[in-house]
Amino acid sequence: MSLTSSDVRRIAHLARIEITEAETQHTLVQLNEIFKLIEQLQSVNTAGIEPMSHPLGGSQRLREDLASDKPDREANMKNAPASRDGLFLVPRVIE
Amino acid sequence: MFEKSVAELGRALSAGQVSAVELAKLYLDRIERHRELNAFLDVRPEVTLGQAREADARIARGDATPLTGVPVAHKDIFVTRDFASTASSRMLKGYMSPFDATVVEKLGNAGMVTLGKLNCDEFAMGSSNENSHYGNVLNPWDKTAVPGGSSGGSAAAVAARIAPAATATDTGGSIREPAAFSGVTGIKPTYGRASRWGMIAFASSLDQAGIMTSSAEDAALIFNGMLGFDPRDSTSIERADEDYTRKLGSGVRGLRIGVPKEFFGEGLQPDVEKAVRDALAEYVRQGAELVDISLPNAALGIPVYYVIAPAECSSNLSRFDGVRYGHRAAQYGDLDDMIKKSRAEGFGPEPRRRILIGAYVLSHGYYDAYYLQAQKVRRIIADEFQQAFRQCDIIAGPVTTSVAFGFGEKAADPVAMYLSDLYTIPGSLAGIPAMSIPCGFGAKKRPVGLQLMANYFEEAKLLGVAHHYQLVTDWHRRLPKGFSA
Repeated sequence: MSLTSSDVRRIAHLARIEITEAETQHTLVQLNEIFKLIEQLQSVNTAGIEPMSHPLGGSQRLREDLASDKPDREANMKNAPASRDGLFLVPRVIE
Repeated sequence: MFEKSVAELGRALSAGQVSAVELAKLYLDRIERHRELNAFLDVRPEVTLGQAREADARIARGDATPLTGVPVAHKDIFVTRDFASTASSRMLKGYMSPFDATVVEKLGNAGMVTLGKLNCDEFAMGSSNENSHYGNVLNPWDKTAVPGGSSGGSAAAVAARIAPAATATDTGGSIREPAAFSGVTGIKPTYGRASRWGMIAFASSLDQAGIMTSSAEDAALIFNGMLGFDPRDSTSIERADEDYTRKLGSGVRGLRIGVPKEFFGEGLQPDVEKAVRDALAEYVRQGAELVDISLPNAALGIPVYYVIAPAECSSNLSRFDGVRYGHRAAQYGDLDDMIKKSRAEGFGPEPRRRILIGAYVLSHGYYDAYYLQAQKVRRIIADEFQQAFRQCDIIAGPVTTSVAFGFGEKAADPVAMYLSDLYTIPGSLAGIPAMSIPCGFGAKKRPVGLQLMANYFEEAKLLGVAHHYQLVTDWHRRLPKGFSA
């Protein structure tokens, strides 16, 4: 199988990455090369094999549902591109 | 002093032959003199010297560890309070973390002095360090060659002895491959042994921190301070701490070394094969035995990896939205447009490519065919390692098919670049401890690495086997021209 330029535009939208028409064409060629590599997996017989989501198996550990850290709001917001009065600023989303 | 190992520096410090401040100044001076390598992204002498003064006070008080006062540099994937943390991305330019990664904190608690932050491939995605937003790192052995990636700055810094040790991270080979290309010792432990807390995430089921040093003995010493259970990382393993130096004197008599035939097939360059076979012959002279083994599906590691890693990366990197931290575009319309433009500008080509692959393989209708199928083949590969370890104690082979390649040689062809990790990906997928140690030189006098892999939680054995080779050879002590004074 191979991707089309509309696939590339669709996944770029899903991934929220702006993509120009020229980049779409270039990306399409590269992704198709990579998917050629990935396609090898389709011929492997994996009947009855458990997917491996994690090297040592088992479920991930849960901790007690207690507050542990005291977040320092000011320190945590220092890297914000735009903020005011302890709030992150974004373009208006509700008219 | 700069040519000394971590172990030797620790002894010199505790014997009062040198102070932590003197050592810090010596390495800061070397870093400054070798800026052309572009190994460091952030150096702040006042921070380093402050830590060194604390280390000296601790030594004077008599509560030092073997690592107190020894300098270390951190791959710019670990967040640090006192140095910028960028993941070599425009996205995180100037980012100052409100906390230290656990690995950074633990080595700091042991008294190690931070020299600064090291260049790497953007978000640890790459095999040549050519994907850094902040420029290429040069290989100290040959400045026309790549240092390897993604931990290229770590490898180059240790090779040039502008740092005696450097943290690094592995997802598909990002410690072993640059260690091999740059002629240093690099090891990743069992998945879950090093905390991932504060390690900027790429592919969470694979990412694992490790260390680069000039010897296996040094790596063992640092692992004692660096590894261990961390309740803040949900994939950290609850297991007692251990002494990773305890098998350094065990020798290799009777050791069964498994040699996978798939690692010596088509594509392996003769210069690399010769150096690796010579190293195996040395082990035999030392009393080890070679066992032919097979990892039949090892080559499928690459397609498995290029489904799983991009899938997990597309999920992990979705946090970068230009709202809470990170790059925000200067011009935008609505919120969606702001996010799309910020991500397009903030991420370089390789992260963008991997995010798109990941978004595709996880999208509706493709999840089972790609992601689930890749996870199943991942298990097949991991099971083959378990089969192999029934016949042998250690697995050995090449790290890479060739010595370091030149800048630009593979940069335009992502698939050719991805194939660089043929021999390192299987161990990463299984999550076993694996390392590279210098074992000679190949074409153009560029270094060759010997890969050694052990079963889960056998880091101490692995380090002992590597150390024994370093007792009877001196490849790991060689310095590149121009860095020996």
